[in-house]
Amino acid sequence: MSSRDLILARIRSAVAGAPQTDVEEARGYRTSPAPGEESGRVELFAERVRDYRAIVHVVPEEEVADTVARALSGRNAGRLVIPDGLPEEWLGAVPATLERLRDDPPLAAADLDAADGVITGCAAGIAETGTIVLSAGPGQGRRALTLVPDYHLCVVRADQVVPGVPEAISRLDPVRPLTWISGPSATSDIELNRVEGVHGPRTLEVVIAISGPR
Amino acid sequence: MSGSGTFLGMPSFPENAEKALQDSQLRFNLRKATHTIRGKRAAVVEELPDWQELRAAGKAIKDDALRNLDRYLLQAEEAITKAGGHVHWASDAAEANEIVTGLIRATGETRVMKVKSMATQEIGLNEALEREGITAYETDLAELIVQLGDDWPSHILVPAIHRNRSEIREIFTEHMAEWGRPAPEGLSDDPRTLADAARLHLRERFLSTKVGVSGANFLIAETGTLVVLESEGNGRMCLTLPETLISVVGIEKVLPTWRDLEVFLQLLPRSSTGERMNPYTSMWTGATEGQEFHLVLLDNGRTKVLADEIGRQALRCIRCSACLNVCPVYERVGGHAYGSVYPGPIGAILTPQLRGMASELDASLPYASSLCGACYDVCPVAIDIPEVLVHLRSKAPHAPAERLGLTAAGWVLDKPVRLERAQRLATRFRGLVPKRRLPGPGAAWTATRDVPAVPEESFRDWWQRTEEGGGR
Repeated sequence: MSSRDLILARIRSAVAGAPQTDVEEARGYRTSPAPGEESGRVELFAERVRDYRAIVHVVPEEEVADTVARALSGRNAGRLVIPDGLPEEWLGAVPATLERLRDDPPLAAADLDAADGVITGCAAGIAETGTIVLSAGPGQGRRALTLVPDYHLCVVRADQVVPGVPEAISRLDPVRPLTWISGPSATSDIELNRVEGVHGPRTLEVVIAISGPR
Repeated sequence: MSGSGTFLGMPSFPENAEKALQDSQLRFNLRKATHTIRGKRAAVVEELPDWQELRAAGKAIKDDALRNLDRYLLQAEEAITKAGGHVHWASDAAEANEIVTGLIRATGETRVMKVKSMATQEIGLNEALEREGITAYETDLAELIVQLGDDWPSHILVPAIHRNRSEIREIFTEHMAEWGRPAPEGLSDDPRTLADAARLHLRERFLSTKVGVSGANFLIAETGTLVVLESEGNGRMCLTLPETLISVVGIEKVLPTWRDLEVFLQLLPRSSTGERMNPYTSMWTGATEGQEFHLVLLDNGRTKVLADEIGRQALRCIRCSACLNVCPVYERVGGHAYGSVYPGPIGAILTPQLRGMASELDASLPYASSLCGACYDVCPVAIDIPEVLVHLRSKAPHAPAERLGLTAAGWVLDKPVRLERAQRLATRFRGLVPKRRLPGPGAAWTATRDVPAVPEESFRDWWQRTEEGGGR
């Protein structure tokens, strides 16, 4: 008997006759925001991302380019990784001297390590937890791009921000590689104090773009 | 739970506990850490108005997953295979280690990097690989501290919880050079500086190692998706950068549907690190971004636990460690006393079920609790740990004298007339009962208790004499 068959047989004999559970009946938790909660969604998202000690800007859509340029110059970021499909207008105000590292052909890990940072969009933002989800889609790139460089600049459109975790799960495609990011890399391993900056990007900067007048 | 050489031959819990209690530094470190995390957890749990509903859903989902585990595992296998991954089944630790060793051999590599995983600790994978000439590098900061210090983990979430910052500084300074890049000169004990030292130490390793080994927090049957929650980014490094990824996952980690994550991604981070969300969560399905992917499904005693009607709820555990942090016993003795990779209340019910209760240590674990129930209150999947503890106590081997005593007590209590006679007998000979210590096997009982005084007259006799007998 193969181990596969052995394990399956053991399971079947272990649970034989045990009662079934009605899972759907047990889903009494919130899956959509309470009335009135919806209005403060973007503000809550910004506040919760800031709680993780990330840098957050909330700006009208037309100011994204300037905000991005200021953020990059503030860090003296001269070599920036740019994933395929990133909206060109976000880089509309960066100086011509900025070295744009394209991931085509794929950059070696050492090249990523030598970059000053990476700029991406995202697949979703979660207000309640201050989480950004990347799905390796256009403008996000493969997973290593937002991992190896020490600085991650992420643009989140206000319409991508959902109230809570259930809304994000229903919006995401599980077959895509997903990375959920809640603040910069951190550890609580030393006396259970959160310290930002271990192996992932030590700085996370988020630009939340609001469409229309604020 | 066979194959783990880690804690074999350890003395029983009371002996370990007695030793640990004498280490005041350990008790100070533990108290500080567990109280910090308790407060953080309570605050973020309080934030969610539907916590109890989430908890009930978490319990129901896990119960369903376990009840139909055969079906869900096959479903996951099919989805992963379809997505280009390979699924292996390991009935015990030895087989899992053999599979992983074989997979690493096939790559021609002799070095692998690991992201913290309870399952691989349980099977003693690092030691097994070492015997085959393969070096496994731990990359989680706490695991690194444990590995560099040639130490054992003492907490599920924070394996180095028993170490404070100055001890960590010492370990880094003395041992980093043996494993790779040495610690920077004049390293201070500032947590930030220590984290930086770990970043530097592991950077080159991350960028050059070709095989990664991980566990997983969840495996989604419906889609074949694996989920790993972490904080530091070492998990993302191990999961995304290597050419080959091998994940060793206990069969009980299955969740039936993708949607179920909406429950567990709320329950786990808040219960575990006391955060609204942990910094990084990775999800992948099959061979991803050109990587070769192997999943090793591990039984190693889990099906035995599943067969126990009361004990099987322990398999709902999502390894958050909230029960450790609130446990008055854990807080005082620390994780090592439990002699297993699973310490604390959950360890006290999981270890004896996975390993059996043949050793003195494992038989003593169900008693490593005051049954206060704090663990049950905080458990995000509502495992009734006290219930399982009591159940296991009844199954644990008992000394002949104890069994004899209980059989005798059972006989006496079975019929009122027997009790009445026994009570009369006891009052008549009360002068013969020692005041402090019982002789023979009874001495163990009185080592920490006084012998209760036998009254002059039993309640039964008093009642008959005063009330019933009309002596008002």
